[in-house]
Amino acid sequence: MSTPEKTVEAADHGAVHAHEHPSDLQYVYIALFLALVTAAEVAVYYVKSFKGLLVYILATMAVVKFSVVVMFFMHLRFDSKVFRRFFVTGIILAMFCYVSVLSTFHIWHR
Amino acid sequence: MTTVDLPTTEGAHHDEAPSHPATSTGLTNEKVAMWAFLGSECLLFGGLISTYLLYKGQSEPGTIRPHDIFDIPYTSVSSFVLLMSSLTMVLALSAIQKGNHRALRVWLLTTALLGGSFVAGQCYEFTVFVREGLNLRTNLFGSSFYIMTGFHGAHVTIGVLMLLSLWSLSVKGRLPSEKAEVVELIGLYWHFVDIVWIVIFTLVYLIP
Repeated sequence: MSTPEKTVEAADHGAVHAHEHPSDLQYVYIALFLALVTAAEVAVYYVKSFKGLLVYILATMAVVKFSVVVMFFMHLRFDSKVFRRFFVTGIILAMFCYVSVLSTFHIWHR
Repeated sequence: MTTVDLPTTEGAHHDEAPSHPATSTGLTNEKVAMWAFLGSECLLFGGLISTYLLYKGQSEPGTIRPHDIFDIPYTSVSSFVLLMSSLTMVLALSAIQKGNHRALRVWLLTTALLGGSFVAGQCYEFTVFVREGLNLRTNLFGSSFYIMTGFHGAHVTIGVLMLLSLWSLSVKGRLPSEKAEVVELIGLYWHFVDIVWIVIFTLVYLIP
């Protein structure tokens, strides 16, 4: 059983609500940025000269959008690191799943 | 996660405990559970997206392929709608944290409407694809595409139902500002379905 002092310490370590979240106006700016990146994604899709780099450009844009939503709308940037670990572990395992299945299809079946 | 016994004053009412118990991490159990759930959902969608990516190019020759039927402008609008629903969701959370319950109800309803529009758009898209000859049994692309996007659509539908439940609770006055974390948890789920769509839109629709 922990003492109340330890609980307060743990709460400080968890940094719950330790930082202020963005204001409503900042949320609107973030959404505008996301809308612009989405528009850019669709535009790049139609530009034939980008064909060779299409995968890299689109993947980069998707990673940027993903990160912005996770950091600002899901408040992972301001919340406890424990939540970040849960989420990042899930993403890493998902990537591992893809690589495992890919290797099964392209390497191990031969 | 262990709960901590805080010292109580003699004669104090035990039913006046705080809404969230003090835990050894200082984090509420509900929020930790939600993030653990979202971590596990990454695996679910990781598996579905992996299956799609590995199967899409292995359909029999002569059958429908992804870019024969995808309508990019239409799906772009759907993606934009879902992306904007994340903004209205975060504004709903901000409203309840400030004690502005009228704004909370407006933003919750707007988010549910945007989510409903996305699901309706997906149903229409599926109808068009079926008319063009792509169904679950057509080829590997069809099977993996419908399973993956269908699971995502089901998640969005569940999210819309939860948002409407929150709206209903707020209308009845059963969602006080002290329960703002409930809105935050459902918001996390909602943003998660949005980021899954960000990945699906790029990997499935845009990358050839």
